[in-house]
Amino acid sequence: MLSDISAIDLARFQFAFTVSAHIIFPAFTIGLASYLAVLNGLWLWRREPAYLRLFDYWKTIFAVVFGMGVVSGIVLSYQFGTNWAVFSDKSGPVLGPLLGYEVLTAFFLEAGFLGIMLFGREKVGDRLHMMATAIVALGTLMSAFWILSANSWMQTPAGYGVNDVGQFVPEDWWAIIFNPSFPYRMVHMVLAAYLTTAFVVGGVGAWHLLRNRENQSAAIMFSMAMWMALIVAPIQIFAGDEHGINTLEFQPAKIAAMEGHFESFPEGGAPLILLGLPDDAAGETHYKLEIPYLGSLILTRSLSAPILGLDAFPEDERPKSALIFWTFRLMVAIGFAMMGLGLWSVWARWKGRLYTAPWLHRAAVVMGPSGFLAVLCGWITTEVGRQPYTIQGLLRTSDSVAPLQADAVSVSLLAFIVVYFFVFGSGTFYVMRLMGREPDHGVDIDHIGVVRAAGITPVAANPHAHHETSGD
Amino acid sequence: MEFDLPFIWAGLIAVAVLAYTLLDGFDLGIGILFPFLKDREERHLAMNTIAPVWDGNETWLVLGGGGLFAVFPLAYAIVMPGLYPLIIAMLLGLIFRGVAFEFVHRTKRMQAFWEFGFWGGSLIAAIAQGMALGALVQGITVEGRAYGGGNWDWLSPFSVLTGVALVVGYATLGATWLILKTEGETLARAQRFALPLGIALTALIGVVSLATPFLRPEYLARWFGWPSGIWSAIVPVLLALAIWQLWTGLRDHDQLRPFLATVAIFVLSFAGLGVSFYPYLVPPSLTIAEAAGPDSSLGFLLVGAVVLIPIILAYTGYSYWVFRGKVRPGDGYH
Repeated sequence: MLSDISAIDLARFQFAFTVSAHIIFPAFTIGLASYLAVLNGLWLWRREPAYLRLFDYWKTIFAVVFGMGVVSGIVLSYQFGTNWAVFSDKSGPVLGPLLGYEVLTAFFLEAGFLGIMLFGREKVGDRLHMMATAIVALGTLMSAFWILSANSWMQTPAGYGVNDVGQFVPEDWWAIIFNPSFPYRMVHMVLAAYLTTAFVVGGVGAWHLLRNRENQSAAIMFSMAMWMALIVAPIQIFAGDEHGINTLEFQPAKIAAMEGHFESFPEGGAPLILLGLPDDAAGETHYKLEIPYLGSLILTRSLSAPILGLDAFPEDERPKSALIFWTFRLMVAIGFAMMGLGLWSVWARWKGRLYTAPWLHRAAVVMGPSGFLAVLCGWITTEVGRQPYTIQGLLRTSDSVAPLQADAVSVSLLAFIVVYFFVFGSGTFYVMRLMGREPDHGVDIDHIGVVRAAGITPVAANPHAHHETSGD
Repeated sequence: MEFDLPFIWAGLIAVAVLAYTLLDGFDLGIGILFPFLKDREERHLAMNTIAPVWDGNETWLVLGGGGLFAVFPLAYAIVMPGLYPLIIAMLLGLIFRGVAFEFVHRTKRMQAFWEFGFWGGSLIAAIAQGMALGALVQGITVEGRAYGGGNWDWLSPFSVLTGVALVVGYATLGATWLILKTEGETLARAQRFALPLGIALTALIGVVSLATPFLRPEYLARWFGWPSGIWSAIVPVLLALAIWQLWTGLRDHDQLRPFLATVAIFVLSFAGLGVSFYPYLVPPSLTIAEAAGPDSSLGFLLVGAVVLIPIILAYTGYSYWVFRGKVRPGDGYH
C-alpha cells in the first residue's frame, strides 16, 4: 500500500493534518477565554443577569472546545519526536525551552484554574471566580506567546550558534524569543483568534436574532461581536500588511511565492497579481489579472525599490507557489469581508436597525465560521512558504525526518484521520447544537436534560437531583 | 558554584513523570474500572470526582514530553521513533479519554459510546504507557544519533508484563481514589475492588522486579554490586511496608490510607526503576550526560522551573482543596 509515497511525504501530511486540526481549537479558545472574562466582569459590574446567562452559555461551549484543544495539542508535543526526530535533536536546545516555558507558564495555569472557572463559582465566591476566569484567559495568551515565538524562530532564526554535533544552541535568549518575525506573528495571530471568536459569537447571535429579534442575550452578543468586527478587522489588515513587509525582509522567497512572482523586478514597479494560475513547473503565472505597480507599493511603499521573484533563488530553495498563492488570497479576502461586515453593522447601528436587519444577520451567520478558514489559510501560507526548510535557511524538511518506515507512518496516519474526523466531527456537532440553543432559555432546556448549563451533570435519571443541589 | 545541570534535570523530569503517573494514574484507573461500576449514575459520579482536575493532571505528561525535548533532545529524538506505535496508541487513547468528560453530557444517543470510549481510551493509554516503560527498560537500539531498531522492537513478553502491571497499578490507584472521594454503596464497591487489585499489583511488582535485573548485565550489577546494591535492601523493605499499609488500611476500612499506600507503592517502584537506570537515560547506550542539551538551554529553563513549579504546585493544591471532600450523586458543581 502507498508504496510510491515516501515516509517523509506521509510524515509531512500527518503533521499538517494534526496541526491543522489542532489550530482550529485554540484559534477559538484564545478569543473565547477573553470574551468569557469580559462577560463575567460585566456581570459582576452591572449585575445584569443577561451577562451571567451569556457567560454560562459560552462557558459550556468553551469547555467542549477546550477539551478538544487539549487532546489534539498533546499529540503535537509528541509528534515532533515521532515524526521529526532529527529536527528535534538539532532544534531541541533552542525550541525545547520555549515549549517548556509554555507548559510551565500557560498549560498548568489554564488547567489549574479551568476547573474553578467552570465549576467553582459557588465554591470560591465571585471574586476568586473572576480571578480564575481572567487567569485562564491570560494562560491562553501566554501559550500563544511561547508557541508563536517558537514558530517564528523557525521562520526567522536568531540568537543561536551551532555546536560540534550539529545542534543549534542558544547564545542570546532575548534574540531567540523576540526573533525578527515574532512580534508581527504574535499580534497577527492573537487578533486572528479574537476575530475568529467575534465572528462565531456574532454568527450565533445573528442566528438567534433571525429567529427571535426580542432575544436580549442574542442582541448583546451580536452587538459586542459587531463592535469587534468594526474595530479589530481594520487593525488586523494593517497588522497583516506589516507582517508581510517583515516577511519580505527576512523570507523574500515566501513573498515571491505568495504573490505568484516568478520573475524579479530589479527596477521595482511590480504589479499586484489579483488572480492567476501559478505554474511552478513552468515558472510562470498563467491568466494573470493584475494591477500595475500596486505590488511594489504595498510591499516596498515605493515604485522603484527592487523586488525579488522566485527566479532569484536556486531551484532547490524555492517554495511552491500554486497552493499559497490561493490560501493567501483567500485569507486576505476574508479579512476584507470581515471589515465590510463591521462597516455594514455600524451603518445599521447608526440607523437604529442593528437588531432588525435580517440581511445583515444572514451575512453574519454565513461569516460565522470564516475566521477558522482565514486562520487555516494563513498558517498554510506561512508554513508552506517556508519550504523546503523546517528552519528557514538552516535545516531542510528532507533532513528533519525521523527514521521511520512508510508502512508505520501510513497506518498511524490512517488512524489519526479516522479518529480525528470522528471525534472532532462529533465535538463540532455538539458545539453547533449547543449554539443552536436559544440563549435566555437555559432553565427550560435544563428540564429537557439533553444539554446542561455546566460540564458536570447531575445524573439525569435521578428525580431528586434538582432539589438536592439547591442546598449545596 | 557549579551545578550538574543534566543531573538536576534528569531528576526534575523524573519527578514530572512520577507526578504524571500518580495524578493521571487515578484518572486513568477510574476509566479502567468504568465497566465494573454499577450503573450510569455511579459511572458519572466516578467521573465527577476527577472532572475538575484531570486536565491539570494530564499536563504533567506534556511537561515530561516537552521537558525531554528541551533538555534531552537526543533522548527525545531516539525514544519517540523507537516507541512510535505505543506513543501513537497512547495519544489516540488519551483523545477518547479526554473528550469523554464533556461529550458524555452532550448527547443521549451516543452517551454509551463515549462512556465506552472513556474506558477504552483509558485502558489503551495505560497499556501503552506500561509497555513503553517495559520497552525502555529492555533497551533501545541506537545508531549514531538516531533510533536504529525496527518497527516491532517494543513488543516483548517483558513489555506486555509491564503493560499489564501498569493497568493493574492504575486501577488500584483509581479504586483507592474512589474510596477517598465517594461514600455508601460506591465506597463499598471500591473497597471490594481494591483488595484483589492490590494483591495482583503486589504479585506483578514482584515478577517485574525479579525479571528486571536479568534483562541486562548493567542492571544486575546495579542491584547486586556495591554501593548501589544497598538499594536492594532498602527499596523492597519499604515496598513491603507500603503494601502492608494498603492491606491494613483496607482491612480497617480506612478511607485515606489505602490511597496514600498505593501512592507510596508507585513512588517506590519508580525509585527502583531509577536505581536500575542510573546513569543511563536511554539504556543501554545513552547516558544522562550524553543526552543532555547545552548548559545554556538547561540553565535557562531551570530558572523558570525553580520559580514556577512551586507556584504550580501551590495553585494545583488550591484547586484540589476547592474540590475537596466526598462527591455525592447529584452534586453538579454549578
